[in-house]
Amino acid sequence: MSEPRRLRTKTWICGTVVVLSNVLGNFFMKRGLPASLDSPFEYIAALFRPEVSLGVALLILWMLSRMTLLSWADLSYVVPVTSIGYVLVALMGRIFLDERITARNWLGIALIVAGVSLVGLGTPQTAHGKTAGAER
Amino acid sequence: MSWFWIAVIVAATTAGELMAAAGMRRHGEIRDFRPGAVGRALALLARNRFVIGYVAAMAVSFFAYEGLLAISDLSFAVPATAVTCTLETVLARYILKERVNAMRWVGASLVVLGVALVAR
Repeated sequence: MSEPRRLRTKTWICGTVVVLSNVLGNFFMKRGLPASLDSPFEYIAALFRPEVSLGVALLILWMLSRMTLLSWADLSYVVPVTSIGYVLVALMGRIFLDERITARNWLGIALIVAGVSLVGLGTPQTAHGKTAGAER
Repeated sequence: MSWFWIAVIVAATTAGELMAAAGMRRHGEIRDFRPGAVGRALALLARNRFVIGYVAAMAVSFFAYEGLLAISDLSFAVPATAVTCTLETVLARYILKERVNAMRWVGASLVVLGVALVAR
């Protein structure tokens, strides 16, 4: 496999993990958190709720996968491309929480998809070319 | 109170992600995903001061986010913190010296505009 193709494939696989872990992590956090948190002890106690724990585990996976992606891809590439998560959040709200998606929301979703596609079509790496992998 | 949490989240996330990008660039591309190699990479990263800074910043962002989610809907909380997209693209250009071409600027702008419309 050629180097640009290898990098692109790796970027899409890792990017998918970044997006899904973030969207699902936020979703479970929201479902598991109580209506109000008034003291630091309540913050800590909330972490032991099953849905919040699952949310935290997914957000740790998100953090590690994002760091992995940043080991070869530019920040100015990773940030817009992983923003497709906003679209998934809106769609999950529609499917699982019965939230309404208005015409204005659909326009927003179309713009995000266009922006992600535009950045995603380019190369993920401009400033990393000469990095020396510590574990190569 | 929501806007206070949003300000904390945006500041901590932007600073954290810049540190992560700088730290991971210094570390180099992760190519080997076997458990042993991943363990060695994590051990190396645990001593990388940029990565330590990233984890600290993201912990601040996480607890602020927990506070925001407790008082706001997910459909408000997530898009409201999307301003980090613009800030990080600008700072990636000027601090990390990335070559941000026209497609990336237009793409990032479309994303921010789109997120503003998706936000309720």
